[in-house]
Amino acid sequence: MAKIYSKKALASKDLKPKKEVVSFILNYSQALTVVKIEDKDFEIIAN
Amino acid sequence: MADLHTPDALLVKNYVEGNENALATLIKRHESKIYGFIYSKIADRDISNDIFQDTFIKVIKTLKGNSYNEEGKFLPWVMRISHNLIVDHFRKTKKMPMYRETEEFSIFSIMSDDSLTIEGKMIVDQVELDLKKLIEELPEDQKEVLVMRMYQDMSFKEISEITGVSINTALGRMRYALMNLRKIIEKHQIILTN
Repeated sequence: MAKIYSKKALASKDLKPKKEVVSFILNYSQALTVVKIEDKDFEIIAN
Repeated sequence: MADLHTPDALLVKNYVEGNENALATLIKRHESKIYGFIYSKIADRDISNDIFQDTFIKVIKTLKGNSYNEEGKFLPWVMRISHNLIVDHFRKTKKMPMYRETEEFSIFSIMSDDSLTIEGKMIVDQVELDLKKLIEELPEDQKEVLVMRMYQDMSFKEISEITGVSINTALGRMRYALMNLRKIIEKHQIILTN
């Protein structure tokens, strides 16, 4: 019988990140403002 | 929330223009592919979550800083960011990827012990012993050449010099030695195998 060299993928396609992580990302996005002054980027995080 | 059929490029454009819901749609659309990709390399849920989070922090900073140019596609771009973060992670920890035993994957499928079992060793020893006994049955001149060649690893030139015969004679004696060994093995129906 032919040897199969390919490994089975560790992860299934149904894996998802934690809800808390997605929620953090969305909150971070809302809080972040990037201001460009000359060549520099300033990141402002709103509380 | 934005339409799930809206193309990535348009969602990115909307997000850059201030529509926060566009990011939620992009994450929802690609989270399992990106997270699955990270997990396939890291094999640890917590670290994968961290890398997923860091990936999107980079994505957000780039998009909000207007540094993103829609040269390629959104997903491959995000995958590249996560790939770079995975590489950074392994550099930091200086570890090889950790494999966990699962139903589908056993660590022993990539690790093996090639050394012989006790039974295998006994068989090899027995075969060697039998072979030595068989060699003892050979005529002296043939036995001498075979032992020098096989056990003392001498060249036929060296054998011819030591035994005082030509190389062709030494080769001939070796040939007859092997033929005679085969004859003895066949005659006595000896099985030499391991």
